Amino acid sequence: MVGLYVFVLATLAGREVITKVPPTLHTPLMSGANAVSGIAIVGALVVAGRADGMLQTVLGVTAITMAMVNVVGGFLVTDRMLSMFRKR
Amino acid sequence: MDASFLVEAVYLLSATLFVVGLKRLQSPATARAGNAIAAFAMLLAVLATVVDAEILSWTGILVGMVLGSVIGGFAARRVEMTSMPQLVGIFNGFGGAASALVSVTEFVSNPNVGVSTAGVAILLGTLIGGVTFSGSFIAFAKLQELMTGNPITFPGQNLFNAFLVIVVLGFATAALGLVGALEPLTAFYIFCAIAVVLGVLIVIPIGGADMPVVISLLNSYSGLAASAAGFVIGNMVLIVSGALVGAAGLILTQLMCKGMNRSLANVAFGGFGGSAKVDRAQIGKRPVRRADAEAVAAELGYVNSVVVVPGYGLAVAQAQHELRKVGDLLEARGVDVKYAIHPVAGRMPGHMNVLLAEADVSYDKLFDLDEINDDFSNTDAVLIVGANDVVNPASRDPQSVIAGMPILDVDKARRVIVMKRSLSPGFAGIDNDLFYMDNTLMFFGDAKDAMADLVREVRELA
Repeated sequence: MVGLYVFVLATLAGREVITKVPPTLHTPLMSGANAVSGIAIVGALVVAGRADGMLQTVLGVTAITMAMVNVVGGFLVTDRMLSMFRKR
Repeated sequence: MDASFLVEAVYLLSATLFVVGLKRLQSPATARAGNAIAAFAMLLAVLATVVDAEILSWTGILVGMVLGSVIGGFAARRVEMTSMPQLVGIFNGFGGAASALVSVTEFVSNPNVGVSTAGVAILLGTLIGGVTFSGSFIAFAKLQELMTGNPITFPGQNLFNAFLVIVVLGFATAALGLVGALEPLTAFYIFCAIAVVLGVLIVIPIGGADMPVVISLLNSYSGLAASAAGFVIGNMVLIVSGALVGAAGLILTQLMCKGMNRSLANVAFGGFGGSAKVDRAQIGKRPVRRADAEAVAAELGYVNSVVVVPGYGLAVAQAQHELRKVGDLLEARGVDVKYAIHPVAGRMPGHMNVLLAEADVSYDKLFDLDEINDDFSNTDAVLIVGANDVVNPASRDPQSVIAGMPILDVDKARRVIVMKRSLSPGFAGIDNDLFYMDNTLMFFGDAKDAMADLVREVRELA
């Protein structure tokens, strides 16, 4: 139940913060948010860490790999884009 | 202070920093630091997890982390800015899949989880994550042109999808042990398969022009799937971060729908573009005023203010650098140059802004629809490059298929120059009255060649 409170309040906080992001930054916002959704890495580490069967290990390691693509790729590409936004 | 308290404190710090990082995205000046803060928050969460979790074997974990980092890093460095929607699309898919796999692994370890918070969260996480995974790959294939970008439809499609949703709910109850006819694990595997099929079926009927909506929505789903995984393993940082991404995706989805004046339901069950109601034979038959590069240069070079309206055709032709040179030359002549960007100008929200930023256009010259629409009546000349529907005054006609769609009011400017290949219609499949107005000049050609010609002609002006 505490989780639901946290979920609802975090959604509202996210709404407040993200509504104010200007349209010019919407692509980096999306790729950055995308990288944040790679937080699944935490879940993947937990399940892969305690995996005691072959199937669980394969599933867990696959989850880690995919989440890491998301995290590393997402933050790097967002940084690459944001470095182009310059004022002259 | 015991270790688990410290771990929880680090998770809390991480969740807080995600919000702080996103907040910095409110200005281009602070955005890069914001992204770095979010990346640091992720590092903290990962460190806290590896310290806290009981890890039986490191081998697989390290292999997965290194492999994922290499693939992600390589893709991020190599991708062209025009391909950004595909990249974000496929990253969404990976994120959704990772969250789904966390749920799947938990279920496989404990198939008799039954009706409980964890049980329901596992099924939600698997369903949303599975749909995100396959849906994103279809979106990727459409954007990358590995498959047709046109809507793929078949008779009774919506009915069939509704039927599948009911079936998937049936297997969900069986997986939770409410229906005894099937082993929970067997029911769960079928549930997973249907989730993946659903993702495919949801995205195939949606056309290429509607991809900004799809990518935004799948972005939101990937966050919700991560939140669900957070409920599964009882981890607050997942719930918070997933919720933030869910909110971001949803806001962008709403903005994209608003940009096309369509409801989400209309996009999803659509049938938009190339509609049969329009008499295509009549399109482009009326006379227009043509102008060559020399004439266009004269129209732009001797005025006070020019607004440039870039469309997706500009990006397709890779002409953004030439366009920026035109802008620079005009500014050097004392012309005030601005860029007006429609919400759905690119293939994802804000895509055109990134393409212009890459071409070194200063971000304070980029204006969105609400900011610039009142300025057109005081603008000497508008230069439209590769845009069509987003400047079509037909949207003011209640009978039109694009009625009510927000447009850039370029027809209010004193002179309108449209740079386009031909008079062919845009995604909406209708003619554009703008092309035939008295103050409009048509500048035909390939955007890249035409802009290169224009650069030369503006240089030659006295």
